[in-house]
Amino acid sequence: MDFISYAQMNGFQKFFYNLGQFFVHLPHNIVRLLKFIGRAIVGFFVGIGRAFKFYGLSFVKGDWSTKISYLIMGFGIMVKGQIVKGLVFLAVEAAYFAFMIGFAWQYLSKFLTLGDVISAGGMDPVTGMPVVAQQDDSMLILLYSVMALFVTVLFLMLYILNIKVNVALQERRKNGEKINSLREDLSTLLDQRYHVTMLSLPTILICLFTVLPMIFMILIAFTNFDRFHPMGGLFDWIGFGNFADVFFNNPKKAFTFQTLVGWTLCWAIIATISCYIVGVIFALMINKKGIKGKSIFRTMFVMTVAVPQFVTLLLMSQILSDNVNGVANILLRSIGVIGEGDFVKFLTDPWLAKIFVLIVNLWIGVPFTILSASGILMNIPEELYESAKIDGAGPVTTFVKITMPYMLFVMTPALIQQFIGNINNFNVIYFLTAGGPNNPELYNAGDTDLLVTWLFNLTTSYNDYSLAATIGILVFIFCATLSLITFNMTKSSKNEEEFS
Amino acid sequence: MIKSYKLRRNISNAIIYVLLTVLCIIWILPLVWLIMTSFRGEDVVYLNNYIIPHEWTFDNYIKLFTDTTVVNYPRWFLNTFIVACFACVISTISVLMVSYTFSRLRFKSRKKFINIGFILGMFPGFLTMVAIYYVLKAMNLTQNLIALIIVYSAGAGLNFAISKGFFDTIPRALDEAATIDGATKNQIFWRIILPMSKPIVVYTVLTSFTGPWADFILAKIIMGDARDNYTIALGLWQMLQKEYINDYFLMFCAGAVLVAVPITALFLKMQKYYVEGVTGGAVKG
Repeated sequence: MDFISYAQMNGFQKFFYNLGQFFVHLPHNIVRLLKFIGRAIVGFFVGIGRAFKFYGLSFVKGDWSTKISYLIMGFGIMVKGQIVKGLVFLAVEAAYFAFMIGFAWQYLSKFLTLGDVISAGGMDPVTGMPVVAQQDDSMLILLYSVMALFVTVLFLMLYILNIKVNVALQERRKNGEKINSLREDLSTLLDQRYHVTMLSLPTILICLFTVLPMIFMILIAFTNFDRFHPMGGLFDWIGFGNFADVFFNNPKKAFTFQTLVGWTLCWAIIATISCYIVGVIFALMINKKGIKGKSIFRTMFVMTVAVPQFVTLLLMSQILSDNVNGVANILLRSIGVIGEGDFVKFLTDPWLAKIFVLIVNLWIGVPFTILSASGILMNIPEELYESAKIDGAGPVTTFVKITMPYMLFVMTPALIQQFIGNINNFNVIYFLTAGGPNNPELYNAGDTDLLVTWLFNLTTSYNDYSLAATIGILVFIFCATLSLITFNMTKSSKNEEEFS
Repeated sequence: MIKSYKLRRNISNAIIYVLLTVLCIIWILPLVWLIMTSFRGEDVVYLNNYIIPHEWTFDNYIKLFTDTTVVNYPRWFLNTFIVACFACVISTISVLMVSYTFSRLRFKSRKKFINIGFILGMFPGFLTMVAIYYVLKAMNLTQNLIALIIVYSAGAGLNFAISKGFFDTIPRALDEAATIDGATKNQIFWRIILPMSKPIVVYTVLTSFTGPWADFILAKIIMGDARDNYTIALGLWQMLQKEYINDYFLMFCAGAVLVAVPITALFLKMQKYYVEGVTGGAVKG
């Protein structure tokens, strides 16, 4: 199809055309992806090979102190005149081996089996005396092993740095250049190598408290750490068993997973779209020409955003609850809609609960849309509306042809982010219904449970850690794919230099 | 003709006024109900179909601060305040450092760092909560406030996108001029870029300060049953559990109002920056 006929289609046709094209190009793109992965793997090994060649060559060409540096870190650096720097490298090496031998090895050695000492006591077969054996704690073995691997990677990086510094110093010496003093070295940290200074602290924090737990959790998904293997005891590697359970092996878990995926997607789509449409309509009304007191109206709506979410949600759960304090029920009773002693199960009937979490979410979410949409509405060029009016377009036409496309164009990335946020919308569900009403057909889940609240309940109340980790990974993969597609769509990474 | 046009416009405006007013009332009513109930003197269990209390009183607020045997509200408030302050300082510093580096400095594998940071940032923090709990446990840090501070601020560096977008808009010519005058990168950051970036600094400070006031999940997992170390969110949630709700509902309302007022004030103050953050990020992608 040529560009002209494409440009003449309306939005829906374009969407379906693109959808069709996506499937037409799918095989081709899969081949491209495989080729890309293959090339990346080859590149990786070529890189490693090149690195080994470099380090081998520098070893052969290096002088005696460089050669010793391959064994004793920092030695060559000290000999070549940078004593403090060399000592730091030496200290790093000493600390690493002390850490590995003194602490980490006892855990790392059991990494493959996750420990096998079960009993806390036993009898020595030779003497017949009771011995107290240290019980293996698989969780700690796993955790400390991951930590040890982290430290090892860090150490290897420093080791490579040590060789690089050595080679560089050797070159400088050969060419008769000046070797930096410690002071000069430190001052480059504030200028040429300022990025090292700036990034080191955040990187360490992120590695320790984001990356390490993430890897730990991914590993747990491949074990059978659940309520039958209590904390402090043993558990084992079971490969992809949990994933198989979730998809087909265990009927109840698989059914729960399918149901919750369905509801989560349904919830996320309806919640995102309803908040968006209602919010845009409200914003249009507030921003309509001739309406006075715009900022008052806006502030009124924004109030509900400003109050911490858990307060508004706990409040709503109280208003809608079906116990004696449920204000909504009391009101309905006093108006006479329902009889004395009756109550509407706003949050405890499977279908009503689903509808009411969506409604409350609308109440919470619309002000956010109003807030961001107002800003965008003011940016739409006035001439567009004027020329449309001259051409005889009514308010509905201008809305459909100008306002909506413009808003969608600007807000699509934000919308997709919101969609992802709704998939992980823990607060609304947990504070309103806590996932309930409980459904005995599901595996430890209720009718309004999203995947994330299910995950939360599995870990805190049912100790099904490995299952929770599996779900976490699946949710992450889905969200990350979506985000990456959006990120590429907006192409902000490509034109970031535009402003500089 | 003109008259009828004016008339039509006036009618449509009037309809919109009425609609907006009704909607505003719907949106605001629950909050008004919360505030009014917090001043209520009579017991809450009976007849709840009115909003304005029959008997006005400050008792609920006073009890909140004096009757601390079961519900230690002042302690929770203080806990949250301490955590919020520390988390705010640490996360503001790391966010600004990371975003400045990614925006202004050019170094090897910068692109890689940005992409890794972006992907890591998509991982919802609480999916790893169990793992974080064990890492903290291995460090002997569970059930105290330091653990909370770490959890709230450690990953902050990953939220660099908005402030990086802001730094990107500051002309690079400024840096170049300063470099020619002999300024180091460090001086450029402190003397030139930071003073120019007040809006984004304010935005970062406020978001990282209000975060701990609203978080529930991580606090719940880390604190468990260590009631003295609860934060506000956890404490208020506790007050609505079955065994407490009948005795403490009015105090819950008072407590909720007391948290909501400062946070609301801060939010209204930074509304402008919030809009700039969201729309600016969207337009530029």
